[in-house]
Amino acid sequence: MPDAPGLELIAQELNDAHAGAVIETYHEHEQACLIVDPGQVLAVLGWLRDTPGEEYRFLASLHAADYLPAEPRFGVHYELLNMHRVERLRVRAAVADPGDGELPELDSAVELFPTAEFQEREVYDFFGIVFRGHPDLRRILMPEEYVGWPLRRDFPVGGEPVIFTHNERQVPRWYE
Amino acid sequence: MRREKIRALAPLEQPRSAEELRVRQLRARDLLRGDLEGEDLEKHVEDSVLATSLEKVLNWGRSNAIFPATFGLACCAIEMMSIVSPRYDIARFGAEAMRASPRQADMLILSGRVSIKMAPVVRRLYDQMLEPKWVIAMGACSSSGGMFANYAVVQGADKFMPVDIHVPGCPPRPEALLYGFNKLQRMIRGNPDPGWRTRHNAAGTEEWAREEAIVAGGMEEYERARQIALEAPDA
Repeated sequence: MPDAPGLELIAQELNDAHAGAVIETYHEHEQACLIVDPGQVLAVLGWLRDTPGEEYRFLASLHAADYLPAEPRFGVHYELLNMHRVERLRVRAAVADPGDGELPELDSAVELFPTAEFQEREVYDFFGIVFRGHPDLRRILMPEEYVGWPLRRDFPVGGEPVIFTHNERQVPRWYE
Repeated sequence: MRREKIRALAPLEQPRSAEELRVRQLRARDLLRGDLEGEDLEKHVEDSVLATSLEKVLNWGRSNAIFPATFGLACCAIEMMSIVSPRYDIARFGAEAMRASPRQADMLILSGRVSIKMAPVVRRLYDQMLEPKWVIAMGACSSSGGMFANYAVVQGADKFMPVDIHVPGCPPRPEALLYGFNKLQRMIRGNPDPGWRTRHNAAGTEEWAREEAIVAGGMEEYERARQIALEAPDA
């Protein structure tokens, strides 16, 4: 785990190498995180993987979260691991929702980390984030003909209203 | 009191004494020899024959020799497994022969939540079973979706297939499942087809029926082609 000053050093070196790549850093609960510009996420991941002294060679997990109503709305998280020093570093790409039913887009990390292939498919499946350059981007867990992005926060919970005695009058003609 | 009532209703009476039993045995022996005639023959028939309809005997047999499919969906399956154990012992009701193939099974127990990806598979298994067949939806999830009110789970298995018995519980205890099974037996003895299969468009979905339909369709096509060929002038 890079400590808080170590994280700042990494952020500074990254910003020297790729201007404006790191938007923000935070270090909480002994976890280090870089919030990066979604346009430069591949550059950041490549730099962290290949720069001598950093060498985060292992992508432990790739997942997304919906931070609605925060802006930008989505966060795609890359959990990196240095196997020699046993150091973990989280990179979060802050992806904005384009709105108007269009899907947010992000560069695919499959070229850098082959393990990202299925995990990016999962993110696409549940959040509708399109990964540019992914070799085979389709749903992985939901049925392929499924419509909607079920883990977005504005997706309806689903199910059917349950009629109890206390609310049966509020649901008109429930018996049909 | 109740037992006496039942005995009074039953046409086959127990012999009241050792002598009566002996008389019956001798009558039966004479019958086998072909010696029994007249009043004795009538008495023998009255004593030993029970009149019923074939349907009733058939349904009685069906209800007491059900082969359940070995099929579990989720955590309810653990409770379902224990009904074959000596403690609960579904063999008392003649349904201990779990069949690993739907083609040999009569009853499907939906033990757990049905996800929307599993639903077509379950329906296919149901269609592969031979008639007569019955379904028990075990537990809250397969009956109504239960606690899984979300995007992944079908809200009640009767949305896509006919279900004969719903057993409530989360999960139901094995006793509850056995009780549901007894209800199913009673249903089979009374009226084996409550018409749900037609309502769910599941009548005639067995594969043999489908094949017959295909063959029939093929014959029609063949006939049409033959007619066209016959009516065409020789080239």
